[in-house]
Amino acid sequence: MKYDRILIRYGEISTKGRNRSLFTNKIKSNIKRLLKDDRIQIEAQRDRMFLYLNGASFDEVEEKLMHVSGIQSFSPVMKTTQDLDEIKQAALSLVKESMDGKPASFKVSTRRADKQFPFDTHELNHEIGGHVLRETDELTVDVRQPDFTLTVEVRKEAVYLSSQTIPGAGGMPAGAAGKAVLLLSGGLDSPVAGYMMMKRGVEIEAVHFFSPPYTSDRAKQKVIDLANVLTTYGGNVRLHIVPFTTIQETIHKQVPENYTMTSTRRIMMRIADRIREQTGALAIVTGESLGQVASQTMESMAAINDVTNTPVLRPLIATDKLEIMDIARKIGTHDISILPFEDCCTIFTPAAPKTKPKTEKVQFFESFLNFDPLIEEAIRTTETILLPNIESEMDDLL
Amino acid sequence: MIYFDNSATTMPDDSVLETFIKASTRFFANPSSLHHLGMEAERFLQKARIQVASLCKVSTSEIIFTSGGTESNNLAIKGAAHFYKGRGRHIITTQIEHPSVFEACCDLQREGFHITYVKPSANGVIDPADIERAITDETILVSVMQVNNETGAVQPIEEIGGIIRQHPLTLFHVDAVQGFGKVPLDVNESGVHLMSVSGHKLHGLNGTGFLFKKHSVQLAPLLSGGGQEGGLRSGTEHTAGAASLAKAARMAFEADMEPVRQIIRWLYQELAGRSSVTIHTPIDQAAPHILNLSLPGIKGEVLVHALEQEGIIVSTTSACSSKLAKPSRVLQAMNVSSERAASAVRISLSTRNTMKEAAQFIEALDRIVPVLAKKRNERT
Repeated sequence: MKYDRILIRYGEISTKGRNRSLFTNKIKSNIKRLLKDDRIQIEAQRDRMFLYLNGASFDEVEEKLMHVSGIQSFSPVMKTTQDLDEIKQAALSLVKESMDGKPASFKVSTRRADKQFPFDTHELNHEIGGHVLRETDELTVDVRQPDFTLTVEVRKEAVYLSSQTIPGAGGMPAGAAGKAVLLLSGGLDSPVAGYMMMKRGVEIEAVHFFSPPYTSDRAKQKVIDLANVLTTYGGNVRLHIVPFTTIQETIHKQVPENYTMTSTRRIMMRIADRIREQTGALAIVTGESLGQVASQTMESMAAINDVTNTPVLRPLIATDKLEIMDIARKIGTHDISILPFEDCCTIFTPAAPKTKPKTEKVQFFESFLNFDPLIEEAIRTTETILLPNIESEMDDLL
Repeated sequence: MIYFDNSATTMPDDSVLETFIKASTRFFANPSSLHHLGMEAERFLQKARIQVASLCKVSTSEIIFTSGGTESNNLAIKGAAHFYKGRGRHIITTQIEHPSVFEACCDLQREGFHITYVKPSANGVIDPADIERAITDETILVSVMQVNNETGAVQPIEEIGGIIRQHPLTLFHVDAVQGFGKVPLDVNESGVHLMSVSGHKLHGLNGTGFLFKKHSVQLAPLLSGGGQEGGLRSGTEHTAGAASLAKAARMAFEADMEPVRQIIRWLYQELAGRSSVTIHTPIDQAAPHILNLSLPGIKGEVLVHALEQEGIIVSTTSACSSKLAKPSRVLQAMNVSSERAASAVRISLSTRNTMKEAAQFIEALDRIVPVLAKKRNERT
């Protein structure tokens, strides 16, 4: 069957008062950018959005729509006039499509937005349900737990029928819920953490620590690629690449080996906090997952968090590695993340990092050094890249 | 409205317009400027060029952006003639070329070049043997169109290219304005040195086009100035226009012409059987989108206006010649009598047209023609 349009429901955001048009425009432009198909047209209405396929394949669009945050659910839709026979005919073909040759139970759920329509909801359910039942074998009605629901919406301009509701990513459109700094390594976790926050509408300023010559340009490109993937979930991402070599070497020289990891993380957090200030972000996001590695024990997090009062958000804190990998695969960061380039966290790794560092101790070790000028210098020489980068913007236009 | 005049110009595609608008604001800077805005614009222009070149399967530096088909044809013909006049002063073209080729050759003739205008066969197709016979040691350029704009006849470019390949001092120019994106042409296989393309025949914008120029070929520029486009086309680059052209060209290559061919075939079958209709399009050697026909005794101009009243837009001959109110030079070259040529109309489709529109056209024609014939009989 050929669907000619998709009905998109916003869910949460349609309750959000005056900012709604801001949100819906955001979703619209995010969808457009993601689909990259000139045939598709999108019309945003107050409480719903219609995507006109104009010949594009529903299956391909479905795959991509599932990732757009701010969409609660969507349904492929057939449109008819208010003519009852036409409605019945469309209902029947949709039901056959949903049954796919197997026995099934269903119910009809009618919404009559156009109160002028001659049949009331009950009569319409009866008319359509009766017709479909007569014309179909092995179909039963079950109003409590149907295998599928045939929804019929009678509106003034047309009648919309659908028998499939596909859950969307939910959440809020990217860029609608303030800004946060994301600590983005090349690993599996941090891009997923960024994605989770973006799903809640957070705009991301990504910070990456780069330690040439210990880490290569390919490691840097990997992070740019990861951040670029994130942009496909809506919104721009600014990537700040902080040169970190001098600081790492200094820590390595001055701090006892089993505390270098803790100290490194603390400095990273301080730099991230400075970038947060500069960019007007309100929180720091990390991909930490409790107990996963030495730096992510409760004690380590306390010792690292000690350097700032800024809220540190850890969307993955209670998820385990397999769940994270699952999401990474789904959002397309997995294959980039597993590329084997050294990042600044894997070099200088002590053989036995403290899993239960003491905050006072790390403070004491750091007290012999003045890190401020080093931090200033790192921030001064930070390279900022706006993603999606201008190249892909150009490609989109062509 | 049923728009059947796509060989005159196509309606610009919305997404092409969007590219044009966005590119005009986002990459407005002069690509030759040194600052980063200029560099961005230059990079963007380069991307457009890369895209066009890859569609043509040629090198990026072989694409010169111009203002359209007419400029591309003039640059190719006059540019080659002026650069290579030391080699010889003989140019071969055909009697069925577009005015921008034909008149450019006439200009050169007034300058003292010797031009051979090869006559087509009765079906509007050039016989490669006629080109071969016309080539002399003095021949520096052969210019043959890929698809005739009035009849849709596809010319044997590959065969002609094969002949010209035997004459290393002779260049081969192809006016591909009507064929590009509709009729496949491999410029490498066909030994083409120069090829003209226009954007507005591809749902792109008026004022956009390009000339493919093989590396080995040199041209004398038409315009003096800042030396843009490799010195061959001075004038600040039309970045947004080039981008819109690249986009329109990509979409044209992705489009399926088969439904268009089906519609033309159907129209042909509907019309060819009627004694009152003569078809001037060689249907088995024609582009998928053009059908030229005449209804004797009814002036093309009259039929165009009568159809227009029915909401159907077609044209007499080509738009570029139709205002001259002279019978088609192309049809006359095909030995069509001037009386018949004066009653010719051209239907030209695009992928946007439907079979339903074609049926409406036939229906309208059946309604109009008896009325027009009756009026004519009353007059005589």
